[in-house]
Amino acid sequence: MAELSAASVPRLRRHFRLQWEEAQQAFVLLYPEGMVKLSGSAGEIMKRMDGKISVDGIVANLEGAFPGADLRNDVLEFFEVARERGWIEFE
Amino acid sequence: MNAAGSNLNRPGPPLWLLAELTYKCPLHCVYCSNPVDYTRYGEELSTEDWLRVLREGRALGATQLGFSGGEPLMRADLEILIAEARRLGYYSNLITSGIGLNEKRIAAFKEGGLDHIQLSFQDSTRELNDFLGSTRTFDLKMKVASLIKQYDYPMVLNVVLHRQNIDHVGQLLEMAEQLGAEYVELANTQYYGWALLNRDHLLPSREQLERAERLTNEFRARVGDRMKIYFVVPDYYATRPKACMNGWGSVFLTITADGLALPCHEARMLPGLTFPNVREAGMEWIWYDSPGFNRFRGDSWMREPCRSCPEKTKDFGGCRCQAYLLTGDAANADPVCDLSPDHGVVQRVVALAQHPDAPIAAAVQPLVFRDDRNSRRLSEV
Repeated sequence: MAELSAASVPRLRRHFRLQWEEAQQAFVLLYPEGMVKLSGSAGEIMKRMDGKISVDGIVANLEGAFPGADLRNDVLEFFEVARERGWIEFE
Repeated sequence: MNAAGSNLNRPGPPLWLLAELTYKCPLHCVYCSNPVDYTRYGEELSTEDWLRVLREGRALGATQLGFSGGEPLMRADLEILIAEARRLGYYSNLITSGIGLNEKRIAAFKEGGLDHIQLSFQDSTRELNDFLGSTRTFDLKMKVASLIKQYDYPMVLNVVLHRQNIDHVGQLLEMAEQLGAEYVELANTQYYGWALLNRDHLLPSREQLERAERLTNEFRARVGDRMKIYFVVPDYYATRPKACMNGWGSVFLTITADGLALPCHEARMLPGLTFPNVREAGMEWIWYDSPGFNRFRGDSWMREPCRSCPEKTKDFGGCRCQAYLLTGDAANADPVCDLSPDHGVVQRVVALAQHPDAPIAAAVQPLVFRDDRNSRRLSEV
């Protein structure tokens, strides 16, 4: 599996689905017989993944949406955890 | 939502909706969790009824949807329900024996947006698989497994374990690996319905159980992340009860073939409780307001030793159905708990199961297969 870097392109693993849930007011990740409710920041990060945009691109996009925040380390850390849990993979 | 309608104690949404589409099944498994008197229950819900259930469930916030039974493939409208489930935004799971799944149907399921298929095996050998389900299904299941792969579904295998097949855990896992399984559920039998009738034939010995767990752990170490293997221990061997359904009326909502709404798929046999039918009531009232769903919510119904127990927020006193089946009262502690005054009931059953070479019940009663004839006989009792 590819190493995580600023140029990595994260995408959801097969058979995972990300969607907004009105009843929970949160993004959730769905997979066979299971669900993870994402925190607000995790949802903001994951909803920007489209299989084309790089980690760098996501950071830039987030810093545009939340001006003044330095988010790079948080985003990298989140992607490491998300990969460990088997939610995403990198190209 | 307005202030008058808000309530701090209001439960969360029913995240898991289980649709038991039919009690019909081509298999006759001796550990089936369906009610033993299933032949008594009335007409199955119509397609329209199910579509309404799916819409209302989704509006309440359900995300995971299980199509189960019986054998859900016995419903000719499954394709319609799958397509509607996807349109509504469910993650849909088909829980099947595989019997009746041909290429035409699986292609339609894929097209409709079914997310996942869980295929059951009764054993890794044709002989025992076919004996336990009392049908010749092993070769068919192998064909279905290859269809599942061909249509790019995750391969999720489920095997119910018990003393007749638990010694084959090593072969079962090898079979799963050969079939390219990504998830394997080795679920020890839970003793309800037909399984409770046949319990003396099914409960493994402690030695069998420990060996199976050891082999499973060795296999896990070998395959690493490639396969995810769940091993569900039989709760009779535990000293604390399972957090059944994650708490009564907390996450799970089951709708039976004839439309009964239940907090778990066993609860219809609890005496003194009435559960609503989706033919007569809306899902929102059913979940939030019906007396049946509120009966064991929270902890005000608890007695000692649960009431003052610090672990009551963790296991919710265990399983209400098991408490009823083994102690005669659903409000008692689940006797699996060694703090329960009735724990001896479980200990006696476990003690009897420690002789793998001498089936304890052979002289008592033979295995009872789940079929219509036996169900009708058991309905008369």
